[in-house]
Amino acid sequence: MTEITNLGVTETLEGLNKKEFSSEEVTKEYLEIIKNEKDLNAYIHYNAEKSLSLAKLSDERRAKNKALPLEGLPIAVKDIFCVEGERTSACSKILENFIPSYESTVTSKLWQAGGVYIGKTSMDEFAMGSSNETSYFGSVINPWSKSEEKLVPGGSSGGSASAVAARLAPIALGTDTGGSIRQPASFCGTVGIKPTYGRCSRWGIIAFASSLDQAGPLTRSVADSALILQNMAGFDNLDSTSVNIKVPNFLDSCSKSIKGMKIGIPKEYKINELSPEVEKIWDEGIKWIQDAGAEIIDVKLPHTKYALPTYYIVAPAEASANLARYDGVKYGFRKEDTQGLEEMYSQTRAEGFGKEVKRRILIGTYVLSAGYYDAYYLRAQKVRTKIVEDFNSAFSNCDAILTPTAPSGAFKIGEKNIDPITMYMNDIFTVPASLAGLPAMSIPAGLDSNRCPLGLQLIGKGFDEETLFSIGTIIEKSANFKSI
Amino acid sequence: MSLDKSTLERVAYLARIKIEDSEIENITAELNNIMKWIEELNEVDVENTKPMTGVSNESLRERKDEVNDGGYSDKIVSNAPEKIDNSFTVPKVIE
Repeated sequence: MTEITNLGVTETLEGLNKKEFSSEEVTKEYLEIIKNEKDLNAYIHYNAEKSLSLAKLSDERRAKNKALPLEGLPIAVKDIFCVEGERTSACSKILENFIPSYESTVTSKLWQAGGVYIGKTSMDEFAMGSSNETSYFGSVINPWSKSEEKLVPGGSSGGSASAVAARLAPIALGTDTGGSIRQPASFCGTVGIKPTYGRCSRWGIIAFASSLDQAGPLTRSVADSALILQNMAGFDNLDSTSVNIKVPNFLDSCSKSIKGMKIGIPKEYKINELSPEVEKIWDEGIKWIQDAGAEIIDVKLPHTKYALPTYYIVAPAEASANLARYDGVKYGFRKEDTQGLEEMYSQTRAEGFGKEVKRRILIGTYVLSAGYYDAYYLRAQKVRTKIVEDFNSAFSNCDAILTPTAPSGAFKIGEKNIDPITMYMNDIFTVPASLAGLPAMSIPAGLDSNRCPLGLQLIGKGFDEETLFSIGTIIEKSANFKSI
Repeated sequence: MSLDKSTLERVAYLARIKIEDSEIENITAELNNIMKWIEELNEVDVENTKPMTGVSNESLRERKDEVNDGGYSDKIVSNAPEKIDNSFTVPKVIE
């Protein structure tokens, strides 16, 4: 491991500012280590020529004293963000050869802030999964795996979490629909934040479930996430659900005291499936926050157990509509030699989508179909209202809620992909905040008995990421977590 | 409510996903398993609850109905698996 790739976002920018190294040098180091660490399968695509030429342009701007806020910083991008001219497949066969002719708003904002594109990270196909095992380009390995036993990095942003943990990037972008930033962050020992729905533009992000999808960063420190989110967030006319609200200074929030804050603990998260190690870390987290002067209170979220089944109606329903566009006509894979148009559609989709994606499209189509809509979809939308009401009432008494991020640490590749519901259970703690559109962050807090990372989750009020950054910094300092 | 084979066939047709005869039984069982788990939601009293149709309380923005974009059909068809000039093509539908 080289010195430069050990640096986080803040340290890399400091080194660049002090001219200890150039962006070209930093970028070269990363490209080299990405090439050497191919076994992790964290990246599915990179373009050294493009990255190096962007780095050179960045160095030129710096030489002219025109350095931008993220000037020269390499940024890895989950394969769900359209990057102009770079293959963007959502790790699906059906988009295997898709080259976007436009740039997503979030990536475009980061390049405008001086960031340097370093490559595309792997993910579960169309972000549907919690282990990165549904990627068309193969499983990703959690860098915390011991030699024999290969562990999953979590998902769906598994490539991003693995890359950041293994020092293959100082920061990687992720997206989170039901936990896809937070759960892999927990499994790989990185920080990951899903901001409030509407905080970051969804434009140019391949859609999975549009009422839930949000973009966010994965980094090795809370302050690094604050700095990146600062540069990703903001109103965008191109996203009809983007909210026009001022983006506060998240970095400032990282040094704010939490004295006098009230932190809610929901007993509904103490489920049978919770491993004792996770419960222990949760108790420690409570103590750290108390020691920092915050008050711990009990809150009630009575509909928590219904969040996961609600999610598995709402998300597949939206996905079935969003994924209708992949028909072998406008872009992507088309099955050759079929009989007529109907057969071309159905065979293209049968072969182009993987098993989990097809499963969710079928569920989504079923719950929206005539005769079943009221019993399933409409009911789920009503339960979703109940879940939001739970949070509203909890937040009338507290400033943030502390829970574990996932019921366990990373598991073995192949261990949980037989039964879909077993896999879905991974997101039991992350899905409620998603359904309510609330910001939530995972911070590495300790290790399980396999010596693999466990994260704690903070859930905040809508558009109050600042409180998450303040408390997150306290957890980070108290846990004193040593990344791999 | 259980999902039978003919319902699955209808849903697969609506979703335009071809399912081989040999797969029908397995997929029916798998989806039934998931739907059975989801039926837990029937325990919740939603009598006087409004369905949540969006996260934001604000209504969607409107814009003027005017052309503000276009003129790049070559870019739009650039990823098409088959095309003729700047048009998408599909298998013949009229004899």
